[in-house]
Amino acid sequence: MTVPPRLRRALVRLRRDIAFTAAGLTLHLLPLLLHFWVVMLALGTAFDPDPDTPVVLACTLPLEIVAGWGLTEPQRWRFRALCGVELPRLRFREAKRQFAYHLLIGPLLGLLELLLLALLVAGLAASLVLVWIWLVPAPWRIAHVGYTTTASYVTVLGLAALATVPALAGGLVRLEILVGRAVLGVSRSDELARRVEDLTESRAGAVDAADAERRRIERDLHDGAQQRLVSLALNLGLARATLTDLPPEARQVIDAAHREAKDAIEELNNLVRGLHPAVLDELGLDAALSGLAARAPLPVRLRVDLPPDLPRRTAPAVEAVAYFVVSEALTNVAKHAREATRAEVTVTRLGEILRVVIADDGPGGADPSGGSGLKGLAQRVRSVDGTFRMSSPVGGPTMMSVELPCPM
Amino acid sequence: MIAEDSVLLRVGLVKVVEMAGFEVVAEAGDAQELLAVVEEHRPDLAVVDVRMPPGFTDEGVRAALSIRRGHPATKVLILSQYVEERYAADLLATNTSGVGYLLKQRVADVEEFIEALRRVAAGGTALDPQVVAQLLVRRASDPVERLTAREREVLALMAEGRSNAGIAAQLVVSESAVAKHINNILAKLDLPKADADHRRVLAVLHFLGVGG
Repeated sequence: MTVPPRLRRALVRLRRDIAFTAAGLTLHLLPLLLHFWVVMLALGTAFDPDPDTPVVLACTLPLEIVAGWGLTEPQRWRFRALCGVELPRLRFREAKRQFAYHLLIGPLLGLLELLLLALLVAGLAASLVLVWIWLVPAPWRIAHVGYTTTASYVTVLGLAALATVPALAGGLVRLEILVGRAVLGVSRSDELARRVEDLTESRAGAVDAADAERRRIERDLHDGAQQRLVSLALNLGLARATLTDLPPEARQVIDAAHREAKDAIEELNNLVRGLHPAVLDELGLDAALSGLAARAPLPVRLRVDLPPDLPRRTAPAVEAVAYFVVSEALTNVAKHAREATRAEVTVTRLGEILRVVIADDGPGGADPSGGSGLKGLAQRVRSVDGTFRMSSPVGGPTMMSVELPCPM
Repeated sequence: MIAEDSVLLRVGLVKVVEMAGFEVVAEAGDAQELLAVVEEHRPDLAVVDVRMPPGFTDEGVRAALSIRRGHPATKVLILSQYVEERYAADLLATNTSGVGYLLKQRVADVEEFIEALRRVAAGGTALDPQVVAQLLVRRASDPVERLTAREREVLALMAEGRSNAGIAAQLVVSESAVAKHINNILAKLDLPKADADHRRVLAVLHFLGVGG
């Protein structure tokens, strides 16, 4: 027998709603019972003074407080596991809201839940009334002639009551979610603050992961392809040096291959060095930059001014970004500002700011929004909360200034 | 003696070194082995790769420094995928004689590499042009600015550790022209005149901020 999908979905939803309601009932009625006990004790003291009562009354107060805080976690579980609503962890913060929910609003909701479950049970009982009657001994049926009419009415009523249960249960669950979110949820600003915290953390993780990946690629290339290429160039060099009696055509081919191999090494070296130079990890930014400046195709003046009394080195992620900025900037100068005759790289550390300035006397007109290289540069600077400024009037000079925060 | 962790390259290096007329007494795959072998064989010259197991950072440089301190008779030629002036400064700080620091790819230019090998073995210096370029970047101010382009070329070649004849061959000029350039440079930089090649290299390196 197959159940039609709509009915099956409705049944699944009803089961979930009823489970949520039943779990809510136990959690909401606990404080209600507590209140009831306290009220009874208080009334008892008023009408029939008993020397023990104040003591017992004093003991109930901590119970109320425990309930006010302790019921939050079970409620979070109920919302999360039974209807997929995530409430924040509150622990001891926001005591007022927790107490309001568990001790005042909760019991009211508990009553609604009680009514709903009572309706469900009554509906079930009433709609099965004919079965009950059939189970009782026959003499009763003989004594109450005409019972079937009444029983039929009751059955119809029961079925009608049952028919209203899914809608009521759905409504109650929606109401509970509204109330729960409003009272136990977080305010918008709290939520945003938390989100910012999470994002900051995950972004730092992403930046570090990308750095680690670059290191790994650098290492793999160094241990693999680069050694092979050097070995290839070396063997071609040996061939050139030893095979002197070859015909000139063959010599030309070997010469060309030798040159190609050396160019490939050079190209790969520059590429890998742009990724993440090993010296950056070992000796830091200052040492790594001179390699960049020396390989630039135009004269570069490099000034690195890092106070020697820094408590510790700049964070690796920030150093990597600073290095990347200089590397990209010098590449851009070489690529787009061929008329430039000189460039200047200045790196200074001032308090908690690392400032990197690259200037060249090229023709200017660089557009940070257009060039993909500059865009990537700005993105990487932003990934560590840095600021990126560029001035490049047509006619030059071009100046790029990057400030990276390095918290002490 | 040769220390290089890439077996492929080690084989090639042995060939080149033997072609230069040296005898390879031992090979090593990491820095520890290198030190042990130097202790045992006392070679005249060790050719060392910078990045070796276990850490793959600057083991070669550190091993070279301890060799130069412990066995002054053993000259060291360091090869590296990338040259860093900071390591050059470390290497030259104690003793500029018998030290070489070249880019790995230079071994492909067999004749030039052999020339550098011989220079280091004879107690001279061989610095990669890249290192010298980096040193000049650091000193891109002051008196160096006053040199002509040709003089700067000669200064760089001097810093690499080349002799007058070597510089003349490289620039395709006569040795007397080189000598004239050198005198001008020494005068402009306020460096003492020295007859011996090596003393002159020392002065130049000292001027560039490395070497004792």
